[in-house]
Amino acid sequence: MGRRVAVVGAGMTKFVRRAQETGKELCWEAAKMALDSCGMTLDQIDCVVLGTAPDTFDGVHMKGEYLSDGAGALGKPYMRCYVGGGTGVFAPIQGWYHLASGHFDTCLVVCEEKMSSYQPHPQGAFLTIFDHTTERPLKPNLLWIFALEMNRYMTTYGFKKEDIARVAVKNKKNALDHPAAQIPEQYTIEDILNSEVLAWPVQRLDVSPVSDGAVAIVMTNENVARRVTDKPVWVEGVGWALDTAYWTNRDLCYPRYVEVAARMAYQMAGITDPAHEIHVAEPYDPFDYKELHHMEGLLLCGKGEAPIITAEGKTERDGELPICPSGGLLGVGNPIAAAGLMKVAEIFWQLRGEAGKRQIARKAKRGLAQAWGDLMQVGTVIVLGI
Amino acid sequence: MLTAKDLMGTGLKSLDFKQKKVLTETWKANAKYGWDQGIAIGRYLRELKHGKIIGIKCHKCNRTVVPPRIFCEWCFKPMDEWVYLKDTGIVNTFSLCYVTWDMKRLTEPQIPAVIEIDGASPGMGIMHLISEVDPKMVTRGMKVKAVWKPENERIGAITDIKYWKPIK
Repeated sequence: MGRRVAVVGAGMTKFVRRAQETGKELCWEAAKMALDSCGMTLDQIDCVVLGTAPDTFDGVHMKGEYLSDGAGALGKPYMRCYVGGGTGVFAPIQGWYHLASGHFDTCLVVCEEKMSSYQPHPQGAFLTIFDHTTERPLKPNLLWIFALEMNRYMTTYGFKKEDIARVAVKNKKNALDHPAAQIPEQYTIEDILNSEVLAWPVQRLDVSPVSDGAVAIVMTNENVARRVTDKPVWVEGVGWALDTAYWTNRDLCYPRYVEVAARMAYQMAGITDPAHEIHVAEPYDPFDYKELHHMEGLLLCGKGEAPIITAEGKTERDGELPICPSGGLLGVGNPIAAAGLMKVAEIFWQLRGEAGKRQIARKAKRGLAQAWGDLMQVGTVIVLGI
Repeated sequence: MLTAKDLMGTGLKSLDFKQKKVLTETWKANAKYGWDQGIAIGRYLRELKHGKIIGIKCHKCNRTVVPPRIFCEWCFKPMDEWVYLKDTGIVNTFSLCYVTWDMKRLTEPQIPAVIEIDGASPGMGIMHLISEVDPKMVTRGMKVKAVWKPENERIGAITDIKYWKPIK
């Protein structure tokens, strides 16, 4: 399985609706903080991985190259990776194999997104994911695909909106303790149910916001990790998989691609009972139903059970299986690629006991972060442990 | 432990723009494309022009799919047989959408749906719109039928079907 790889440092910017900083500046802010956090400097970094979502957001072709100086890539082996919303967990997987191969000893992984540049609304940048001949003439908007999936999920199991809204209440509340959070708030289920209907069953407060921000982590091999920290967090498993791009032919009720990715990561980590061997998880939650969808795909509970264990309080910070203790995309914000890496950073801080007011009640030795994206069909999973 | 003071990142407010405290640059993209419809979708569109929906079958996987494709992504072999489907189907899932892509509000919702086409294998749907119905009455599993444009207005496009309406 290659050489052992650790995460040794993490940093991030605040997540905001519109940042004064350029993408390049945001990258530098997060990267500097990550390096400082483990007492390392750029000259100790062998290679750099950047994750950032569509060039369309910025109107800059080859955005990876444009951002490279801010990501610390000058004169170094550098790659940009991009699988839509799945990018934030895909990027540390790229970092992992740079190091597991033995070719490099240290890797700086930076994820950035600046969605605010696109006018009048960044949703427009997503319209071209629909098939240009068979779908775009119908003038779809991005919310359709989520609303269709959410409705299929709800009607398959007979869930009501309040069963789903609990996730939004929990995550936005958790975000009150995150210093980088964009929209933390103490809501009731009624607040979520009374918010504006955008594309039924999707309502305003079911959705994560548009955000600018950046996150960075430092990954190293075992030798370097032992030198720079007494609390390395090991990469125990990685997995990623795609479903078909013929999305209207897919089972919209169950994210099979997430299960494939999770099984790959669990096999590598030697996990046979994820519901008990994963102690804290950050599944991707751009919409409240997606957290539930992904918990099931990650085999953290059975099919159709995620809303039930959520209602039982098991996924709260003081529960048996804390889910999105950071506040997730729903509370901290959703600068696409950076949001996924924020989840990896949260698991890093949780396992080291450095999450402050967000620290989960139970003892955690192993955690998981997962992201999702492309044409709603990629699953990316990383398992971290101490 | 991190506090907000440790974090960089400068959030801007609408007021900052009104008061011209920040400078921006705008640019309009001139992105024009001409897409080839391809072998499978080309035939699909030609049949739509004639008021027919066509799918395609893989004998090895025993599966009839729509929209058609020239290869089966399951077994990666060429597809075997064109199959005419019905212009009826069932609603796999739907939404009542009150906003446009740039978040303008609609008083009457659009009703996008995934519609499983009769004659194709179970679960084989296409995205389209539902109309001629009270939005409150739309349900999963509802039977629908295509409402076609008049023949002389059809051009070989997915919009040759205006929308789908409920049938008994």
